[in-house]
Amino acid sequence: MQLTNRAQQVVQKEMTLAERLYLPAIFAGLSITIKHLFKKKATLKYPEVKREFAPVYRGQHVLKRDAEGRENCTACGLCAVSCPAEAITMDAAERKAGEEHLYREEKYAAKYEINMLRCIYCGLCEEACPKDAIYLTDRIVASEFTRGKFVYGKDVLVEKMDDRIDVSQRKKHYSIVNN
Amino acid sequence: MAKVTIDGIEIEVPEGTTILQAARLIGPEVAPPAMCYHSKLKTSGGYCRTCLVEVTKGSEKDPRPMPKLVPSCRTTIMDGMEVGNKSSAKVVEARKGVVEFLLLNHPLDCPICDQAGECHLQDLSYENGTAKTRTDFERRTFNKIDIGSKIQLHMTRCILCYRCVKVADQITDKRIHGVLNRGEASEISTYIENVVENDFSGNVIDVCPVGALTDKTFRFKSRVWFTKPMQAHRDCDKCTGKVNLWFKGEEVLRVTGRKDQWGEVEEFICNTCRFDKKKTSDWTVEKPAPINHHSVISANHYEVFVKPTEFKLNVVKPLSIEEKAN
Repeated sequence: MQLTNRAQQVVQKEMTLAERLYLPAIFAGLSITIKHLFKKKATLKYPEVKREFAPVYRGQHVLKRDAEGRENCTACGLCAVSCPAEAITMDAAERKAGEEHLYREEKYAAKYEINMLRCIYCGLCEEACPKDAIYLTDRIVASEFTRGKFVYGKDVLVEKMDDRIDVSQRKKHYSIVNN
Repeated sequence: MAKVTIDGIEIEVPEGTTILQAARLIGPEVAPPAMCYHSKLKTSGGYCRTCLVEVTKGSEKDPRPMPKLVPSCRTTIMDGMEVGNKSSAKVVEARKGVVEFLLLNHPLDCPICDQAGECHLQDLSYENGTAKTRTDFERRTFNKIDIGSKIQLHMTRCILCYRCVKVADQITDKRIHGVLNRGEASEISTYIENVVENDFSGNVIDVCPVGALTDKTFRFKSRVWFTKPMQAHRDCDKCTGKVNLWFKGEEVLRVTGRKDQWGEVEEFICNTCRFDKKKTSDWTVEKPAPINHHSVISANHYEVFVKPTEFKLNVVKPLSIEEKAN
């Protein structure tokens, strides 16, 4: 049975003089190589040059704080239950008197861990979050030498007050998609 | 015996049955939702209006329809009665309105609430409500009242179903909590902050359809859907000792009464079983508790997995001897 018409019969015919010289074939090959030298390169010289990401690129997660610097996350567990890779675990705790400036609501995540090796960066956690707390960002997860270091805790995930992470582009995109 | 037709399905039930009970006998497809009615509590029902149904034919003798929608938990059936529940556009519209009213003052703090995942109000609003509210007013707030070390009261979440008051009246021997004030200002409270101390007071947690009364010993320990319910029992001199244990790993986080298909407690349990016996060694564990397949609690539990039938064995007819020969 013949699947395509591209199959060619192998014939052992005698080569012509031009073929026997080899030079035409060599020049044909070289011309292809030289043509590629002047084409636009597919690669970038990372890290000097960085590729522009889509506004909804799904990279390393961030746990957001609100305008007053209080953590948004209330450990409701919706991100963890929606996570298909079961990468998120958390422990909740009750906010004590005097901690109102740290946590927005009466419950907060005492422990919040994402296993970056399990994570498949599907973005379901940010979609599930009812509190605007977790977002994926355009940051690339740094490489490590040991597996244990890929379990990111709150020290890595919660955004620093002096280094806020802008997710307004993402929010805009989601509001367009949802409405 | 009397015949009654609900959503076009006919059933024969004894005289004196309510429309709600008759509908429940047919099945969950036609049963109206109920927030305040509880099958194990006498005189419960009639407050929340979620079970409103339309009676299109009063009875065989008097076929006139009832002029208004009636609460199915308090209306008894008549022979030949025809009832519209989910098939009636009026009922669907009315229920949407009832849900909107129930949610007027509800704080919707589900991400914090320990009841989330097994909350009847969540199910009700998800199935019958609308996604947006129209109210501009502030939701009502209360001063926090401490009603003891075992039970947590969140008055803002209360929908005033009176179930807990009925429990206090009918199950416990001395009632020290009830509803104060009237109308919009009414609230569940122990009178002058009395501590609820009774062997069966913990049952108010199980009957509460929302997160107004929750277990303080379980407060913020885990979300319901991360725990695994197991049926267990122990010898108890005060109650039957038949409970559900909610495990997280090897740890018992919470003990509750067993609930039936309608989310109503089957047998009330005592406070010793509920609050003090939180070791696996205290209990004889029987089997995993049945959880509705659609509930978030069964997320990531695979015990209800139904294996697809073998295609070859059941669908393809085996070859006969003559066919094999050919």
